Amino acid sequence: MPVGSASWSFTEDDFGAITQSLQRFLHDSNARCALLVDRTGQLVATVGEQPKFDPTTFATLTAADFSANDQLAKLIGENDFNSLFHQGEKESMYLADVARRVILVVLFDNRTTLGLVRLKMKEVVVELSKLFDAVFSRGASGAAKPGLLAGADDEIDKLFQ
Amino acid sequence: MSMINYASREINCKIVYYGPGLGGKTTNLEHVYGKVTPDTRGKLISLATETERTLFFDFLPVDLGSIRGFKTRFHLYTVPGQVYYNASRKLILKGVDGIVFVGDSQMERMEANQEAMQNLYDNMAEYGYDLTKMPFIIQYNKRDLPNAAPIRDLQAAMNPGWEVTDPAKQRVTPDPYHSGENLVEQVDGAWIERAPYFEAVAVTGEGVFDTLKAVSKLVLKSLA
Repeated sequence: MPVGSASWSFTEDDFGAITQSLQRFLHDSNARCALLVDRTGQLVATVGEQPKFDPTTFATLTAADFSANDQLAKLIGENDFNSLFHQGEKESMYLADVARRVILVVLFDNRTTLGLVRLKMKEVVVELSKLFDAVFSRGASGAAKPGLLAGADDEIDKLFQ
Repeated sequence: MSMINYASREINCKIVYYGPGLGGKTTNLEHVYGKVTPDTRGKLISLATETERTLFFDFLPVDLGSIRGFKTRFHLYTVPGQVYYNASRKLILKGVDGIVFVGDSQMERMEANQEAMQNLYDNMAEYGYDLTKMPFIIQYNKRDLPNAAPIRDLQAAMNPGWEVTDPAKQRVTPDPYHSGENLVEQVDGAWIERAPYFEAVAVTGEGVFDTLKAVSKLVLKSLA
């Protein structure tokens, strides 16, 4: 894959499938909100209650949090930590790796329990991993729809005048 | 690693400002933050120590307009410049689409500049990225200081050029930003290419947007 080319892209169908799967998970686990963030810190999807914070910032910090913990794992002789749990007084979050490329973040409060969230999360991670494996295998063979920006040089130049 | 989201019609790209400690990376982002209209940028996040030295990174998302109906969103990151923080510095490079190296023009910082540049090449190589094949801009900051080294010396130290082996690229390519200079040319019989460079005074904003525009344009063109 050439450096700089779009490494992955996803369609509205992918988005629909991801959303459906996460909505089911939120219903079963009674969690408030689920966010999907890619490992470089880009927000992929938000499902459930719309968060009151800035989701872009949240996504960036999530990716940094996960990367830093990956390195900590290596230092103690583990390959990675495939899930992280941050406990607050009222709000808590649970983070899990999906297909080594995306992070699922779940926000929940005292309307549910860590045990239930963790249990349901295992199931949805398997589901999402399959979905993302398909997205990434497609991305690796052809990247984005060919020519999204092909011939757009003039338009790009105009953007910076 | 740019991400194209067809559902929300967005192209997301990641640009990292790299360079020696106290060179002006954070100042670049602060200037962009202060100048662009609030509806085209997000929050400026700084993970810094109590003395305002970058500990992990600074982050600023900006929208630069639409192309073919897709919003172009650029995520600007800085890394901690201090040698000590290499582990966290390397993490930020993951999935980068374009690099701005912010060099410190002061003569006494020459060694720190070169060390940071070598560190950039090393860290990129560890991810399997080839800096010479991706959008890469060098900014010589602090041009207003009396002890600023001449551009020629800075170029020789930080941007001596890399060899061009691809015959298709072995042709004189003028530097669009400096008339009379070339990005690709023959030196002593060998074809070499240099990264485009800009002069800047980040505290006053001089050269900050020229640098950002140049790197974003290269990133978008690399997707075309």
